[in-house]
Amino acid sequence: MLAHYGYKDGSGEYFIVIDTDKCDGCGECVKACPAGILEVGEDENDPFREEPVARVSKDQRKKIKYTCAPCKPVSGRKPLPCREACGPDAISHSW
Amino acid sequence: MEKEYWRWPEYRWSSSDIDWKRGDIISAGVDVGSVSSQAVILVDGELFCYSNYRTGSGSPESAQKVMDKALEGTNLTQDKIHYTVGTGYGRVNVPFAKRAITEIACHARGANFMYGPTVRTILDMGGQDCKAIRCDDKGKVTNFLMNDKCAAGTGRGMEVFSDLLSVPIEDMGRLSFEVDEEPEPVSSICVIFAKSEAVGLLRKGWPKEKVLAAYSSAMAHRVVRLLERIKVEKDFAITGGIAKNEGVVKRIEAELKIKALEPQHDTQIAGALGAALFAKALVEKERGLG
Repeated sequence: MLAHYGYKDGSGEYFIVIDTDKCDGCGECVKACPAGILEVGEDENDPFREEPVARVSKDQRKKIKYTCAPCKPVSGRKPLPCREACGPDAISHSW
Repeated sequence: MEKEYWRWPEYRWSSSDIDWKRGDIISAGVDVGSVSSQAVILVDGELFCYSNYRTGSGSPESAQKVMDKALEGTNLTQDKIHYTVGTGYGRVNVPFAKRAITEIACHARGANFMYGPTVRTILDMGGQDCKAIRCDDKGKVTNFLMNDKCAAGTGRGMEVFSDLLSVPIEDMGRLSFEVDEEPEPVSSICVIFAKSEAVGLLRKGWPKEKVLAAYSSAMAHRVVRLLERIKVEKDFAITGGIAKNEGVVKRIEAELKIKALEPQHDTQIAGALGAALFAKALVEKERGLG
């Protein structure tokens, strides 16, 4: 499942996308995120999945524009820390 | 008292041909939304009764109210229900629910039942949020996004316009087509700014049908942009209160160039229906059948 966390408003799109089929719940992204917006827990949108999965924490979902702002693309910057930390390449983003 | 044009009709329904006493599993789903709440009760996976009412100030009270209303007039009592799942904005505040499941999962499951297994894309236009969901033939979510940060494209937005234009909410869709030609959509997608823009248009002498057309197409345009992210695949269905507004539905269909499936049931019960289907599956799991 492609879980889009975030929102779209008049100023643009702000989504962190987690592919729950690829995510193995290892939690490396949680450690890597400098803003601490990620967590590992039950898959809220798949009630029968037993394995934990990474997700954006609830209180952060409406603030992504601001909390993720330091990780917006600038020339020469490395990939986002969450993406770089993710072994199975399960994380993408809308910017 | 001044007439409140936004007040949509509340109601309940029950099946006359199902005898719950012959049923093996009686499951219930309660969807406490920000604007409306629903309860659906299934007997062995068949629709037995449901209700759809406005949400009050408290989630536990609203949940109990829709449950009582759904049961009203049937000889079924709440203690006979094997499992209740809560969903929606107030899902964690349904005191008699054994489990809470997100409305995203529930809407996909409910739409799969309502529209059949060919549904791949669901647009839920709720009271205060808008969800775009892709699912497989079992009603399992494969892709989703939810917009609950902004009121554009929501039922509450339409209610605000209903009051502003003094048009009963049920007539808004039809009236929005009573224009000679489709006006430019209002430029603001935010309900607050769209409202002030509409007031300006009314002052300029626009008839309310034209203002309504401009707002409905702005709303349609807005949700189509949201759908683009998850990419629409046929079959396509719209759930939630706005699915009853042809003014928005037809404009969405025109932009997408895809026709939405015709609903067989009240489009507002999708979430509660999905919750009741999950409740049934959870009973089966408990009994070691699932």
